[in-house]
This record gives sequence, structure tokens and C-alpha cells, in this order.
Amino acid sequence: MTTTMSKLNLKTVGDTHVVVTRHFAAPPEAIWRAHTEPELIKKWMLGPDGWTMPVCICDPRPGGKIRFEWTNGQGGGFYLTGESLEAVPYSRLVHVERMHLPDPTPDNHVETTFEPDGTGTLMTMRMTLPDAQTRAAMLSTGMEHGMEASYVRLENLLNK
Amino acid sequence: MPNLDTAFSALSDPTRRAILARLALGETTVMELARPFEMTQPAISRHLKVLEGAGLIVRRVEGTKRPCRLANPGIEAIDQWLEMLRTALARNYDRLDQVLAEMKSDTGGKLG
Repeated sequence: MTTTMSKLNLKTVGDTHVVVTRHFAAPPEAIWRAHTEPELIKKWMLGPDGWTMPVCICDPRPGGKIRFEWTNGQGGGFYLTGESLEAVPYSRLVHVERMHLPDPTPDNHVETTFEPDGTGTLMTMRMTLPDAQTRAAMLSTGMEHGMEASYVRLENLLNK
Repeated sequence: MPNLDTAFSALSDPTRRAILARLALGETTVMELARPFEMTQPAISRHLKVLEGAGLIVRRVEGTKRPCRLANPGIEAIDQWLEMLRTALARNYDRLDQVLAEMKSDTGGKLG
């Protein structure tokens, strides 16, 4: 299954992968910083309008901790924890993550690459779930949360 | 509206995805479906039951045959779900475009 528009492509690959690609009009170094520096991450990795990220910990060094906490300002919230596995400045990030809803979801292994593409950058994010059932659950759990929030906030399950 | 959880679970099996691909070509009987899969008709019937339960196919009775075809609402629900997911991701990345534009104009690198 695949869905596309001008910039973003999201598709399922095989039984356990979800692959997202997106072009950005900025060099790889800038995209890298926006994915690794908490003050920048907090500005965009938010999901639906009205949500903020009051806590953002991101240490991209191997073994480094990741923790993102979101809130809708009305008592609603959830968080994600993870560990960095690999960091090749400005081209490749690998980490593992899980959502806490509040029970932890199975680990999602995420490899993100940034390649020069014309004057900008092509980002490819490849998520690997433990098995087909987990991927199915991840994709469909998002539906429930999305229904609550008018806009889907499940991107948070997918794009860290 | 079909249950997407059930629908995605139904789609997690390669044989069932292949059955859906075959049905995309048109209505088919169980016997015709079983042929390319080297599976028995009862085995195919079990897969069809899962697909039917997930709202992805519908079956009708025609004498002793039970031809099946794609159920458009189920297939459309999955398309719509992926579209919503894409919209939500796109929203994050549109915001990231803004952040990148700010970084570019901030020559002092204060955002870092």
C-alpha cells in the first residue's frame, strides 16, 4: 500500500516495514540538526495542532537516551522513550523507540538517512516492526488516537 | 465503517494480499482462487472468511458457488486511513520546512 502527494511518500514494504520519504529545501546538516537538537525538535515534531512537547531529551550518540513527552494542554498526553544506536553526522541516524500509551508498544527500529538531493535533501525513514501483527497494530492504533484528536497524532508512533 | 484493526490484521498475511490482488481483477469463485495458490479449497476458504470478517470482501450465493469480490467500503477505509496518516506526517514536515527556513535566515546559528 502506498500513499503519496507532492512531497511525502509513505508506504508499507514487505510484512514489517514502513518507509517514509520526504524532500527538504535545506542541506543535510540542517535536517540532521532539526532531528537531533531538542530546541529544534520541539518546534515541529508535534502532530496535531494544539499539541506541544514540554520534555525533549535527545542524545544521538550510540547508547544515548531519547525521551519525548507530548501534551494537549488539557490533561491529555503520552510519551516515547528510545535509545540511539548509530549516528553518522549528517547522513544517518539509527535508534529504537517505543510509545507508552501508557503500556509500552513493541520496539520500533528506525533508520533515518539524509542524502543530498539537488540543492536540498532527501530524507528516508525506514521503520522495522518485530512482525506483521505489530505493524498492523501500530497502523491501526493510530486510528483511535487520530479520531480523538481530529487530526491523527499517530505520526508520533511513526516518525521519531 | 469497517474495523481497521481487523482490516490491517487481515492484510498482514501475504496469501490474503495475493487474493485481494486477484479479486481486484474481478469477481472470482473459490475454485478459481485456489488454483494459482497451490492450496486446498478449505484453506482458501479460511482466508476468505478472515477477509470477509474484516470487511474487505463480500460473497454471494450462486447455486453451489459462492463467488467473492472486493468490498469497496473496506478497501476505501484503508486508503483513507493511510491518507490521514500521510496528512499528519505531512503536517509535521511542513512545520519542519518552517524551522529550516528560520535556521537559514539565522546566520548567527542561535537556534543551535
